[in-house]
Amino acid sequence: MTLTVSELTIHHGAICAINNVSFTVPKGQLTAVIGANGAGKTTLLRTLSGLNKPTHGHATWNDHNLLHSKPETIVRHGVSHVSEGKAVIPELSVHENLELGAIWRKNKKEAAESKDRITSIFPRLGERLNQRADTLSGGERQMLAIGRALMSKPQLLLLDEPSLGLAPLVIEQIFQTIRDLTTSMGLTVVLVEQNAMGALKIADNGIVLNLGKVAVAGTAQSLMADPQVRAAYLGY
Amino acid sequence: MFQFINTILIGITAGAIYSLMAISIVLVWRSTRVINFAQAGMALLSTYIGYEAMVHFNSFWIALPVAMIGGAAVSAFIELVFMRLLVKRSSTGPIAAVAPIIATLGLLGLIKGVISTVWGGADVRLVGPVTNVGYSIGDKTLAFSPLKLLTLVTVVVLMLLLTVLFQRSSIGLSLRASAYSPEIARLSGVKVDFIRTLGWSLAGTSGAVAGMFQTINGNGAFSPESIEFSLLLITGFIAAVIGGLESLVGAVVGGLVLGLVISFVLMYVSGSLFFIAPFVILLIVLIIKPQGIVGTKVARRA
Repeated sequence: MTLTVSELTIHHGAICAINNVSFTVPKGQLTAVIGANGAGKTTLLRTLSGLNKPTHGHATWNDHNLLHSKPETIVRHGVSHVSEGKAVIPELSVHENLELGAIWRKNKKEAAESKDRITSIFPRLGERLNQRADTLSGGERQMLAIGRALMSKPQLLLLDEPSLGLAPLVIEQIFQTIRDLTTSMGLTVVLVEQNAMGALKIADNGIVLNLGKVAVAGTAQSLMADPQVRAAYLGY
Repeated sequence: MFQFINTILIGITAGAIYSLMAISIVLVWRSTRVINFAQAGMALLSTYIGYEAMVHFNSFWIALPVAMIGGAAVSAFIELVFMRLLVKRSSTGPIAAVAPIIATLGLLGLIKGVISTVWGGADVRLVGPVTNVGYSIGDKTLAFSPLKLLTLVTVVVLMLLLTVLFQRSSIGLSLRASAYSPEIARLSGVKVDFIRTLGWSLAGTSGAVAGMFQTINGNGAFSPESIEFSLLLITGFIAAVIGGLESLVGAVVGGLVLGLVISFVLMYVSGSLFFIAPFVILLIVLIIKPQGIVGTKVARRA
């Protein structure tokens, strides 16, 4: 089962943010979507999770049409989206933020097991369950945002710039965690990043978006070796 | 000393009713970011529904829940049929912030019109289940009656139920998450549209109780033009703002503070300040602590 996007076009008012884009993301792999500011990365992700509406095109996950469903329906089909900028609710406790991710799940015992698993992956969250989310550090908040998404029992995880505004050492940690999660939980991950180098290092595949179009796509290895990609996005 | 205690008792009972009204304003604000000027009209309509039940069943204990259910239904209907469409149609441009608020003013007029058409403009009467004659201590009469006690108990029970609902249930978590961040709530699987309607119907319920008790704590007579209901809107709104507009606890604190201050001003300064005192308090709080007395420093994005 794969994420298949074909001939997708998305407009922001009069501006064409994504222009006739097609790609597939293989199951169990980590695909990095890189590109400059305004390349359409965030728009693409928001459309896949139902927050934005496309102009035309197709996108399916497990034979489920992603483009004409609401976000609250899409999450029930195994697609979790961690939106840009440490997507936690600051007024709620760490515990409540995690609970929120599992709020639609009928089986509360399974949800409790998910929580145990997530707090063992992120022990820092486990120690701070009763603190408000706005007392956490930036890195911890990003972990909580990912933890909340994992509480929805996703098969496909959409991550929007998890490195944004974090210290270099923390970024390294977050990237490593994302890589480990992909492998250990058998997740399919789409990672949108401006930090092209960091993202490609942990990714299996990469897609370079430029002005709403796919400029290059291939394995992460091949992108890192591509002279044009190196010059434009990796800076060496 | 005796007068002092009476002043406190009057203030607390009045404040409890203001708190309920403030809660309904806060609930609507939190669910849909709308300041609902029709809230008192909805409370009035709910009270008429309660009055109708009273006429048929001759029992306040049937009339109260009927008014609450009526209030919830009216409120949910308005949100579903009217506000949702309106917010969708005016979602961009400068009109987006203003249109829903202006619309609630129109709604207030509309509701009053409907009430006048159905029930006429003349006073109708609603009588409480227990007497409003104060308890006496020796030869003195306290400004606290079985009816006032019932009012306080009802308000406290309702607030406890709401607190448990908000803090301890997954519906409550959905309500809070949708208020703070609709987008994250949606991405987590919360059906935010449904939760908004639910927020409105809880507000309608709370407003219905406020309307019923405001009426029976007065002389029991009310009409579409009742001053009690205009007062209820003003005090409820001011209490909500004093309390920071975001929190239920704030609404309760705001209501009690307002009730007590008005009571003391009337007793110790001048009875003619009734319509001035609430506004003076509002302005003082807004100038000294614009985020409300229990509001946090950090303003939240809407």
